[in-house]
Amino acid sequence: MPPVHDVAVVGAGPAGLAAAVEAAEAGLGVALIDTAGQPGGQYWRHYDENHARPDDRVGQHGWPVFTGLRDRMYALRAAGRIHYLPGHQVWLITRGESGAFTLRVTAATSTADGADHTFIARALILCPGGYDRQLPLPGWDLPGVMTAGGVQALLKGHRTAAGRRAVVAGTGPFLLPVATGLARAGVSVAAVVEANGTLGWLRDPVGAISAPGKGVEALQYAALMARHRIPYRTRTVIRQILGTDRVEAVRITRVDRDGRPAGPDEEIAADLVALGWGFTPSLELPLMLGAETAKDVDGSLVVVVDDHQRSTVEGLYVAGEATGVGGAALAVHEGRLSGLAVAAALGQPADPAVMRRLRSAVRRGRRFAAAMHRTYPVPRAWPQWLSETTPVCRCEEVSYGDLRRAHDDLGAEDARTLKMLARPGMGWCQGRVCGFATTEIAACLSRRETTSEDLRPLATRSLAVPVPLAELAALAEDTTPVEATEDTTEKRTRP
Amino acid sequence: MTHQMTFRGATVPADPGQSVAAALVAAGILDWRTTRKGGRPRGLFCGIGVCFDCLITVDDVPDQRACLVTAADGMSLGDDAETGADLEDAGERRNDDATRA
Repeated sequence: MPPVHDVAVVGAGPAGLAAAVEAAEAGLGVALIDTAGQPGGQYWRHYDENHARPDDRVGQHGWPVFTGLRDRMYALRAAGRIHYLPGHQVWLITRGESGAFTLRVTAATSTADGADHTFIARALILCPGGYDRQLPLPGWDLPGVMTAGGVQALLKGHRTAAGRRAVVAGTGPFLLPVATGLARAGVSVAAVVEANGTLGWLRDPVGAISAPGKGVEALQYAALMARHRIPYRTRTVIRQILGTDRVEAVRITRVDRDGRPAGPDEEIAADLVALGWGFTPSLELPLMLGAETAKDVDGSLVVVVDDHQRSTVEGLYVAGEATGVGGAALAVHEGRLSGLAVAAALGQPADPAVMRRLRSAVRRGRRFAAAMHRTYPVPRAWPQWLSETTPVCRCEEVSYGDLRRAHDDLGAEDARTLKMLARPGMGWCQGRVCGFATTEIAACLSRRETTSEDLRPLATRSLAVPVPLAELAALAEDTTPVEATEDTTEKRTRP
Repeated sequence: MTHQMTFRGATVPADPGQSVAAALVAAGILDWRTTRKGGRPRGLFCGIGVCFDCLITVDDVPDQRACLVTAADGMSLGDDAETGADLEDAGERRNDDATRA
């Protein structure tokens, strides 16, 4: 029979690490499952600890917070209170009549420890994080074009610079650490191309006061940009990425407030283009369990939680980017709060004063995030940058023209219908990369705003990751876990 | 010690702890498969296991995410059938082989 844990935590980034450590220290038996081979998530991604070098922490923010959480986690694992499973992804979560969650887990790569696992838990904390939000543009499928986060991951996780001359483009403050990280690695950064105005959130009194440390961080980046002489081009976008088999140059232009081109084109030579338009939270697991969602200030679909990080599904807690993109510091607060809230719900002691302090830190973090999102919106007119042949869905090679024809000729008025008729979001990545763009295009073609109803169909996945057929077949044969454990978990789930 | 891997007959070095994708990019190899319809070159895009653009055959196991697989000494990357061929065709070929066998 699979092991029964008090709580399973999915994700070992800032939120998940904090949640697992708090819950375990409060006396709960914790399972911690993570895709990566070592803890840290995307934010604290770092080189393989077995081959660490002192300079691996250069450019990391809040590193002592990470090492503190990591060391506590390893100590709890050694004490048998956290069952930590790195290198694995949860692909299916189901619930028995008792309310216990059954998690099916698959190895992230063929070279990882091949054993596949099933976990059963009385409560669940999902901390799935997010990934770079992308907008298609002509030439974005050329080799040498990467997500800004991917460029950063290659630097921080693999000590590898993805090119020699880079343009970093999109919107938001995350473009700055990517550009300065590249410069530090010896890459010539030809420009940071920012679609919005500059550092406006420093002028937002509510947002800036909510997170004073962030103002200091911004000034540090401004200084680094100056030191590396990186041109910062605001109200500017890439109109086209040029090249035949790989990136050779970008064509940029000034835009108005809504993103409409308003100036002559200018060409910049580059062999690396890093693109990022904010972040998309990973919602497949919460949606699989039926958690209520809403559209956030930044246009992302997020899980609705209360002031204990509880979703609308009993026993399901969500923390970090999945409840609204807000960065690592906020994610740690939410993770800690969720860990303590689960402990309290399962009858373990949790200091109410600590929880109160965490709740107010979460509220401050949310206000700051909202101010940031309002300063760096995705420009309303972005679909105007597309040409008929621009690929929107990279997996199934569906172009903007294909989507427009599905709308004009076949009457597809919403993203779900577009997906059925033209197949965007039907490939390997299951709509993770093109889901936001397809939703926006559908709304734009039909001349209306997107709603959470538009976003949900492209964020819902019946399986959270592609798995080998053998694992699906094994599921049909294996009915034991949920049924056999119902009696044993029944008494424990309702304290 | 540096690992040595092979990709389409070429030797690709990797530092211990580096991913397969990082080693390829560091060696100046930016693409290692082509798309089904357009035959377009593809390599690393998201770099964190989300987009599946970087799929590669590792030691004869197809469809591995190069950004997630840790490089190892003696690793064989890509396969003969994959020199420009698309993934679906490769799958069909495998099925044909199975039928014949």
